[in-house]
Amino acid sequence: MSALPQAHEAASPTPEVRTDRAALIAELSRVLPEDCLIADSGRLRAYECDGLMLVREMPLAVALPTTEAQVVAVLRTCHRLGVPVVPRGAGTGLSGGATPHRQGIVLSTARLNRIVSVDRLAQQAVVQPGVRNLAVSEAAAPYGLYYAPDPSSQIACSIGGNVAENSGGVHCLKYGLTVHNVLRVRMANMAGEVMEIGSAAPDSAGYDLLAVTIGSEGLLGVVTEVTVKLVPKPRVARCVLAAFADIRKAGQAVADVIAAGIIPAGLEMMDQATTAAVEQFVHAGYPLDAAAILLCESDGTEEEVQDEIARVRVLLEAAGATEIRISTDEAERLRFWAGRKAAFPAAGRIAPDYYCMDGTIPRQRLADMLEAMDGMAKKYDLGLLNVFHAGDGNLHPLILFDSNDPDSVRRAEAFGVDILELSVELGGTITGEHGVGLEKINQMCSQFGADELDMFHRVKAAFDPAGLMNPGKAVPTLHRCAEMGRMHVHHGELPHPDLPRF
Amino acid sequence: MSSHLHSVLREQVLEAAAHGRTLRPHGSGSKDFLAQALSGTPLDMRGAQGVIAYEPSELFITAHAGTRLADIESLLAAHNQMLAFEPPHLGPHATLGGALATGLSGPRRMAAGSLRDFVLGVTLMDGQGRVLRFGGQVMKNVAGFDVSRLIAGSFGTLGLILEVTLKVLPRPPAEQTRVLALDEAHALSTLREWGAQPLPLSATLWHDGRLAVRLSGAEPALAAAVRIIGGEPLAADDAAALWQSVREQRHPFFAGDAPLWRVALPPMAPALALEGRPLVEWNGLQRWLRSDIDADALRHAVRALGGHATLFRGGRAVDRALGVFEPLAPEVMAVHRRLKQAFDPSGVFSPGRLYAEL
Repeated sequence: MSALPQAHEAASPTPEVRTDRAALIAELSRVLPEDCLIADSGRLRAYECDGLMLVREMPLAVALPTTEAQVVAVLRTCHRLGVPVVPRGAGTGLSGGATPHRQGIVLSTARLNRIVSVDRLAQQAVVQPGVRNLAVSEAAAPYGLYYAPDPSSQIACSIGGNVAENSGGVHCLKYGLTVHNVLRVRMANMAGEVMEIGSAAPDSAGYDLLAVTIGSEGLLGVVTEVTVKLVPKPRVARCVLAAFADIRKAGQAVADVIAAGIIPAGLEMMDQATTAAVEQFVHAGYPLDAAAILLCESDGTEEEVQDEIARVRVLLEAAGATEIRISTDEAERLRFWAGRKAAFPAAGRIAPDYYCMDGTIPRQRLADMLEAMDGMAKKYDLGLLNVFHAGDGNLHPLILFDSNDPDSVRRAEAFGVDILELSVELGGTITGEHGVGLEKINQMCSQFGADELDMFHRVKAAFDPAGLMNPGKAVPTLHRCAEMGRMHVHHGELPHPDLPRF
Repeated sequence: MSSHLHSVLREQVLEAAAHGRTLRPHGSGSKDFLAQALSGTPLDMRGAQGVIAYEPSELFITAHAGTRLADIESLLAAHNQMLAFEPPHLGPHATLGGALATGLSGPRRMAAGSLRDFVLGVTLMDGQGRVLRFGGQVMKNVAGFDVSRLIAGSFGTLGLILEVTLKVLPRPPAEQTRVLALDEAHALSTLREWGAQPLPLSATLWHDGRLAVRLSGAEPALAAAVRIIGGEPLAADDAAALWQSVREQRHPFFAGDAPLWRVALPPMAPALALEGRPLVEWNGLQRWLRSDIDADALRHAVRALGGHATLFRGGRAVDRALGVFEPLAPEVMAVHRRLKQAFDPSGVFSPGRLYAEL
């Protein structure tokens, strides 16, 4: 349930290709069992979008391989025929990374869903890309281990998708992103060559291809197997809930905690509007009169947690917290988190549609950003719920709108653009963890200059010289940026001066 | 300062590219012994030094590549912070750019992560003389490919490293080192068992029948861990000296002329049945070996265990010439060559330093 700013026109196929659909399906039928290939329009409909639901496109076919050999065969076929391939995990991505290409196929990794091994002493698991994020932690639980990155969609999202997006979660402040927790991938490139990237050892020889692969939004290849790091489950986790009468004070409290040398397991903020919305939904007993509430989680041994909570408490009180509650048992801790985790469904209850943004800014600009967004909400006359991973400056403002009202959609889109561009201006980024996909492709022109964008295209070409792997996503063409008139002026120079202006 | 320096560097890069010459960017030369033989006209990258931005509460530091690592670490220490991957300096004037180019990490890597895990942003001049900025100063940033981390360990072959932003972390409130008498096999199995539990281990070292374990964290957590780990305490000064000696390769193990191999292994790899003297770090994931063993035999044995070996220091000239790093699979080398071509189309930067083909 989200809108798409200016990307309705974004799905233009790149490169321009015309595919002979009948020939393609005949060729794919030769390398895939019948039940692994979808070609009828009724069943294709289920793949017309990912979590970015306002952009829809019908693929020519969907391949659902069950083995790496089938993945390779599909890729070789498409490579030979010059057919674009859009890789897709669970389809929960929010930025349109898996939006189909109208002249291409979708290659779903959903049926590569086997947990190959879980090794307690090695603290590693080997899984296929279609395994759900939460399933990894569930498989590791009997050994007292878990997989740390925990995006909100972890019940549904897959490890392959997490690799594509470099997913984070509420615990990544302390435990890192996907890039810090994935050790190795096997990846098939567009030509169908399988590469081992990274290793079960602490590093591997040569360039760090793993770093480029993680977060590459399906532009470089299709992952067929992933080795993840598992970490011991902390013995104790406890959550502090602090209320603030002033959102600026809450922002300062976040900086104070970090500056004191504490890296909490989670540090999240919700504004008053969000607190009110989620309270109706989960009845967590949140203080409704607070301008902002902070959730600060501490984990470790009993001794560590007691020590850290005591220090956090002092800091929050000094920062002006009007109320502090500390979870006394696991049920209460989960209740504190219930509202934060329910922010999206709660938004869905109070407005017909919402649009979730994902900018990241330096923590110290949090209060400035919040005030600016307050002004934008008035300017565009739309509701706004603010939830964020305050510890790492990653904002998830939810813009409330009505998709049946074209003017409301237009205002929501403009609101979103303003937020992203202010994120860049404040020294941050347009996307902290959801990816660029199609959704934020125009804002890439604001964040990067022509030379960086050119280098991104070159990096893609190093893995995919044919340019058929998820084309048209994540990195805009220089021409597109020129047309957008949204150019990042780099070192005072006008980028790509050779292009015609409009 | 930067823009003048950038135009001077750009001129040299374009000039070299135009005339088919090569350049070898360098800092203090502390890690010149690493990797393949040096080639290209030396290009001193210490023209720009100093911290550009440091915000303790934002947990990052940005500095010019020529800044001394020692200066960065003392600034961080003054704010009770650190580079958690404990980069080996291997010389008093080691630079930030050199640390990024070589990608090395020290004892705390096993718990905190490697240098590349802490890279947030890089400013780079490519082979066309273009100044490119990747990443930034925020912890979470997925806009565009993660080029900053690709530069870590690229040995100057992809471009001139101009500025680097690293994530920094608070120093642990307390540390303690315990020493136990164990043979290598028992040390490895014990470390694995501890590793699977939530214990505050921040460094491990096994050598010559002695296992040293460093614990980092809040005092009460250390006390609880000591009850599980046991062993004898090492005096704080001795402990600091021990970890420093391993990090900087001044431990007696590293003295002498015998070839020094670095072997990276998966967690379950047993003690190496290879001739030579071992020193084991990172819970067994990083093993050092002083050995005259035939390079092929060593690589073969290590590969069979799922790891890779680097001829880190010394060794026969013929072995070094064949390549100090693990050979790459053909399809992986093909991507490497195309990446090199993407960043450095004329082959200006440190050709052959990493692999003969690059």
